[in-house]
Amino acid sequence: MSARRVCLAFAAAIAVASMPFASRAADPQEIVIGSILPLTGPSAQTGAGLRTAQTLAADLVNGHVSYPLPMVGKSGLPHLGHARIKLVFADSQGKPDQARAAAEQLITQEHAVALIGTYASSTTATASQVAERYGIPFLNPDSSAPSLTARGLKWFFRTTPNDATFAENFYQFFADLNRTKKIAVKKVAVVGEDGLFGTGAGDAEEEIGKRRGFTIVTRVAYPATTTEVNAEVQKVKAAAPDVVMMASYAPDALLFMRGFKDQGILLQGILAQDAGFIDPGFVKTEGKDAEGVFTREVFSLDIKHRNKAVPLIDQLFRLRFGDKPLDGNTARDIMGVLVLADAIDRAGSTKPDAIRTALQNTNIPGILTLMPWKQIKFDAQGQNVGGVGIIEQIQDGKYETVWPFDVAVKAPIWPMPAWKR
Amino acid sequence: MEALTTFAQLLAGGVLTGLVFALVAVGLTLVYGVMDVVNFAHGEFLMLAMYATLGLALIGLSPFAGLPLVAIALFLFGIVVYRVFIRRLLAGPPEATVFGTFGLLVLLQGLAQALFSSDFLSVPHPPLQGTLRFGGLAISQATLAEGAGALVLTAALFAFVEYTETGRAMRAVAEDRVAATLMGIDVQRVNGLAFGIGAACVGAAGALLMLSYPVFPTAGAPFALTAFVVVALGGFGSIQGALVGALLVGLLEVFGGFYLSPELKMVPVYLAYLAIVLVRPQGLLGRR
Repeated sequence: MSARRVCLAFAAAIAVASMPFASRAADPQEIVIGSILPLTGPSAQTGAGLRTAQTLAADLVNGHVSYPLPMVGKSGLPHLGHARIKLVFADSQGKPDQARAAAEQLITQEHAVALIGTYASSTTATASQVAERYGIPFLNPDSSAPSLTARGLKWFFRTTPNDATFAENFYQFFADLNRTKKIAVKKVAVVGEDGLFGTGAGDAEEEIGKRRGFTIVTRVAYPATTTEVNAEVQKVKAAAPDVVMMASYAPDALLFMRGFKDQGILLQGILAQDAGFIDPGFVKTEGKDAEGVFTREVFSLDIKHRNKAVPLIDQLFRLRFGDKPLDGNTARDIMGVLVLADAIDRAGSTKPDAIRTALQNTNIPGILTLMPWKQIKFDAQGQNVGGVGIIEQIQDGKYETVWPFDVAVKAPIWPMPAWKR
Repeated sequence: MEALTTFAQLLAGGVLTGLVFALVAVGLTLVYGVMDVVNFAHGEFLMLAMYATLGLALIGLSPFAGLPLVAIALFLFGIVVYRVFIRRLLAGPPEATVFGTFGLLVLLQGLAQALFSSDFLSVPHPPLQGTLRFGGLAISQATLAEGAGALVLTAALFAFVEYTETGRAMRAVAEDRVAATLMGIDVQRVNGLAFGIGAACVGAAGALLMLSYPVFPTAGAPFALTAFVVVALGGFGSIQGALVGALLVGLLEVFGGFYLSPELKMVPVYLAYLAIVLVRPQGLLGRR
């Protein structure tokens, strides 16, 4: 290569390098939010959906088409000279140590003003520790382990309800049934697999039930890999509960359903913590026997009756994500970005302290969200106190929202139909 | 009265559960008895049989009609696996079969995951979904069919090994491989046959289990784990031992689960296992 060519190439390189600098000066400011998601690994499929959802939310904030949602359609953040938000993604691979490294990288190299993520409770736990150390706000839209907000962190905020909320919802549902239909539920059996999921849900169900004056007639924990549940079903039968609360995966959920039916156990209701009971195979396998089973959910497209943004956002999401509908995870992540953008805007600054104070003062009414929530308002631990779940019931082979009553599309069938022998 | 009904119910549950375990365990014990190979991929053979049954069900064959087809398919699959895989492992050090069959387990699970995804699938509208009632006792027809199938199968296998020429050859190989060869028995052929029959047994088991279980890539694993305990308890290589061991495990699991705690239901099973192998290392009906 001749000297002249080298010089030319060098000059061209300088010209190219200076271009983005020049154009950046003319653009409004860009505010970087670091997002940690499982983009590879076993949860990559979920991660891809969440990434699409968050990108959609950022575009909604930066755009100028308005929906009844916080911060949407104001062409960026008005209090910061219509600065645009920019999401920078980092991969957790679903592993706690990778999530920790991703948080470190986003804070030190990308200069993120706040972090969002990370879906799995275990990765959220480590990533939020890093944010705590650097004094950077961390918004968690989608992890449900109750322990996350019990760590006394100053910079951690969670918008989604946790597993204890769902247990609380079951009892609120009973109270509402009692108030409107004079239905009295007293005796509750708590059944769940003996892993983190079943134990956490079962503990909350038992503790909240006792506190609210219900009788927990039996607590059954069984190994999730069991191939028979004869003893477990006999325990439930002997305890003669009005309702059974279940936290089970698919094979064990099917074993219990068959056991309850074989033993002719008369239940007013089976209330499940989703998992096995919302598996696509559940209704297919159980057929008519699945009728009347209740399960909690975090979200349902039925919420369109409350906020007309839901079907619109669902359409936009489908366009971007291969016609897959908006679900609980993706809706929660869209809300997460909006809540964070709202806080940064109200802070009127990118200083971490100001954003943290703004998050503490967050107060968004539930009807301005995509969720069934009452509001978004954080307590001292950073947990959203307005979070609620939905209760669905299998009616005619479909999952229909039956609670909260203001979101419901169908009335609950209570008691659930007796087993057909 | 109530307590008595519960006891009877648990007894029935334990026996039927035990028979299901026996069904899965007989194939395992036969292969061990003849060629000293513990097939760690046994549960995955079961899983394959369950998928095969499901496939046949989707084209309209009920699990009962599908059973002989699945058993034959697994028999052929077993012979192929023996010919291309196990036979070579047998030529190596004893650990080779352990690692080899474990590798087969990982491979088959991975393949199933890739081909069928990790969803739970079940036979649409399986037969025998009703419940039989005898006074206070309630027994699911599907479990009864599985138990009955297991009894018939175990008896047939026992008769085959005990009274046929091929069965005698198998016992001879089990007794003394070298002497059997000297007597003109084709050890390779007998081994292959035993592996095929073991796989056919688990094939029949898979077809029957589809009456009441869903299938997914790791569906066979918990059954196989119990089958190992059953075989060790009853005596490696003993068909009657598998039946006795399976009934014992089924009863201990169900009674332990009820009178102790469901979380601890495997504890009496493993305690009994420890106690028995301490006193009789060869298992209840095993030969030293």
